[in-house]
Amino acid sequence: MNLSVVMTSTINLEEAKEFVSLEADLLDHACYEEWLALWAAGSRYIVPIDPATTEFEDALNYAFDDHEMRRKRAERLVNGQSISASPVARTVRLLSRFRLLETDGARCELRCAQLLTEHRRGRDRTYAANLSYRLVREAGTLKIDQKIVRLINSTEALGGISYIL
Amino acid sequence: MNIAARIAPDSSVLVHPDRVRSSMYTDPAIFEVEMSRIFERTWVWVAHASEIAEPGDFKMAMVGLQPVIVVRDRKGAVHVHVNRCRHRAATVCEVANGKTNSFVCPYHGWSYALDGSLRGVPYEAGYAGAIDKRQFPLKSLRVEEYAGLIFASFKDDIEPLADFLGGAKKWIDLFMKQSAGFPLTTLGEHKFRFPGNWKIQLENTTDAYHFPLVHKSFLTATDKETGVLMDIMNNGGWVEDLGNGHSVMVMIPDLVDLEENLDAPIPEKFAALAAELARDHSVQEVRRIVRAVGGTGFNLNLFPNLGCSAAFFRVLRPISVDETEVRHVALGMKGGPQAANRARLRIHEFFQGPMGFGSPDDAEVWDRVQHGAQGGKDLWLMLNRGMAGEEMLPDGHRRSDVSAETGMRAAYQQWKLMMEQPA
Repeated sequence: MNLSVVMTSTINLEEAKEFVSLEADLLDHACYEEWLALWAAGSRYIVPIDPATTEFEDALNYAFDDHEMRRKRAERLVNGQSISASPVARTVRLLSRFRLLETDGARCELRCAQLLTEHRRGRDRTYAANLSYRLVREAGTLKIDQKIVRLINSTEALGGISYIL
Repeated sequence: MNIAARIAPDSSVLVHPDRVRSSMYTDPAIFEVEMSRIFERTWVWVAHASEIAEPGDFKMAMVGLQPVIVVRDRKGAVHVHVNRCRHRAATVCEVANGKTNSFVCPYHGWSYALDGSLRGVPYEAGYAGAIDKRQFPLKSLRVEEYAGLIFASFKDDIEPLADFLGGAKKWIDLFMKQSAGFPLTTLGEHKFRFPGNWKIQLENTTDAYHFPLVHKSFLTATDKETGVLMDIMNNGGWVEDLGNGHSVMVMIPDLVDLEENLDAPIPEKFAALAAELARDHSVQEVRRIVRAVGGTGFNLNLFPNLGCSAAFFRVLRPISVDETEVRHVALGMKGGPQAANRARLRIHEFFQGPMGFGSPDDAEVWDRVQHGAQGGKDLWLMLNRGMAGEEMLPDGHRRSDVSAETGMRAAYQQWKLMMEQPA
């Protein structure tokens, strides 16, 4: 028997919810360094266009970010060079309707709803999305291995989104 | 009563050779006349052939404010129909793209063949012989194709597409070389809207002047080699008026012809891609694909709605005087190496689309233009940059330095010409 498996408890719904709520809070409060530290090595942040696609690497997405791209995306929001991110839109996102699709001691698949309102230059916009997380436990800590943001209107024309969904 | 359609704005007051009136962006009456005198009388781009490659393939599109269907019939001919049942006007298609045998109106069930002919009228006996189906096909537009670009026009006696494209054809041919010998294919699109007039976007496609400022965050985030290439104010580029409102802005002269300089060193940023391609391709093929993968070094602006921009199609769709939809269609090599197409997708995602590192900043400044144009309506929009250095080429085209507003002046002269046509 493998001792480490025995010692690692299954990732449960409460633990997963708490973790992704932390992620949402960090994004809404522009804590990008802490946000970047939430991710596992080799992880991807994906905002697809085609709601049915699973082959993201061979499809056109809104975002298909590895660590380097996430770092650049975060940098763009704070360096003052992007006029659409100066200032960054204020956002409030609510996560709800959590469901653990699969889980064990090492990883879990969590699905939930996100309602996000942005406010910038006198204008509010709302984006609703289904979020799919793959969370992994690394050295006792949860990390994001994959986050997919499936906007319900992804195939329509969107406004400029100069922040992180 | 529709006043705008009766009294056209006086275009000679609105458009001077070096400046245009702010109301060009803000006056709903001007917009309404533009939709009929420009968008219903010229060639408007509606599709790339690869989007409707097989018989039965269709896509929805817009010609000005009118919804249309672009469809390939069983014999392979392309048709463009107004998306409106001849009975009581309901759209016969609300699927963005797909494959079908016919178009059936959901309201009363009138059905149309792919060529637009009316085939079926449910309970036809109720008309007691008073309906001749031959008189009620879907309304069809003129359709012509050049190098895979499909254009449609409401004007039955319009000049041939090849004549309309004229001096732009050479540049379309050069643009198509980026598929590296494979058939060019679309790979999906980014679509976004901005609250501003369509001509603000039209101008931007040959506007090098904004690039170092508006796209500073892109230039900071991209690799060093791309940063040097995209230092477009200092690379010896130029802008050329190609006639009929079309223009080209050459940003990277070295990347005008992608089949030249194939022996040049492979850029460091593509070293990993080249190594991967080398497993299945000869040295010469690798060089050709790698040179093509980043797209061409120019933006070709075709009046009024298509840009062949470096590595993608830019399609603009006017919605209202102060609302415009922009599509950035990604392009790739059909049947080409997966690694090369992936590289093209990632390059597209990096700059384009609502979450790109470039497009949102463009959209922000265009929004600001529309907002600002509400003030000082007696003021002019200045388009005189690069006029002093403009030269006349032997073929009659004007050319000036890369940041000259020559392309915008060309578009507005065509705008004026079309707006001055009799109603």
